[in-house]
Amino acid sequence: MSLKIGLLHSLVRPEEKLLIKEFRKHSGVELQMIDDRKLSFNLGRERFDLDVVLERCINHSRALHGLRLFESAGVRCVNSSGVATVCGDKILTSVHLQEHGVPQPEVRIAFTEESTLEAIEEMGYPVVLKPAVGSWGRLLAKVNDRDAAETILEHKAILGSYHHSIFYIQQYVEKTGRDIRSFVIGDECIAAIYRYSDHWITNTARGGRAENCPVTDELGDLSVRACRAVGGGIVAVDLFETPEGLLVNEVNYTMEFRNSIDTTGVNIPGLVVEHVLRVGREEQERRGAA
Amino acid sequence: MVECPVCGAEFELEDDAVEGELITCADCGTELEVTSLDPPEVAEAPSEEEDWGE
Repeated sequence: MSLKIGLLHSLVRPEEKLLIKEFRKHSGVELQMIDDRKLSFNLGRERFDLDVVLERCINHSRALHGLRLFESAGVRCVNSSGVATVCGDKILTSVHLQEHGVPQPEVRIAFTEESTLEAIEEMGYPVVLKPAVGSWGRLLAKVNDRDAAETILEHKAILGSYHHSIFYIQQYVEKTGRDIRSFVIGDECIAAIYRYSDHWITNTARGGRAENCPVTDELGDLSVRACRAVGGGIVAVDLFETPEGLLVNEVNYTMEFRNSIDTTGVNIPGLVVEHVLRVGREEQERRGAA
Repeated sequence: MVECPVCGAEFELEDDAVEGELITCADCGTELEVTSLDPPEVAEAPSEEEDWGE
């Protein structure tokens, strides 16, 4: 029986193109492209002839709800809506990391300008203010002193929508010019890169430079623990190096990897596809046994 | 053959192009989206939205 895979996407970026190419290398796989811009759900009446959906949306909100809707229609998804929910919200990510004993920088959350300022003063400068929902390093603010804190908090409260007044405050970690991104599929950390930048924000989406990072036991173990903490699946973990050991910064659930294949020598899209096919076969077997 | 809606340059889509694919106009550098394969058509790619990311 052929495997029916849905690839939920919007714009097709190099990552999705690479995944399509890898899916096409496998016989017995029917790949159905599902553009979220053309999708509508008839709640409770949908029947999708799919074994698994691989989510590759560019919009977090569409990914999150699309996944939940597919699951509601009985379709297994990679990643699950639960993972998207946790990873899409930095507060929930930190809560899950904390509950699973995964080391991370000190984090505080507050809901008013006054309580946030108080929390920052207790933590000591610098700190990083992050939107709870956001990506690609957008709207991150490194707050070096009280003057900056007061200004940024006022701007967020007045100019931002309500969710910019849920304040996520993270201890600033001095990165000595680099941090680490690791790639986890299931129970294995398959590769990692160092991200170098002269700027304190090292995202490759912001111009950071990538180099291969050996997957040490510590890095592999912590990355897999971070992945499990958010619900498992396929994730990219951002980590800081500190004298006390690695700390998990963020966990991304629709990981970008275009700059990491040649850098690491690991066929990341090939391994993603193998995982999705494995999940699809499990799903077929489960339904066959039911 | 498709035409860049910004600079008017004409070019062929790659053989393995797919609908929704992001491409860059080699002449003006505009980011374009492949909106149709048959007939081949492109449009300016959507602008980045607040919840775009990974």
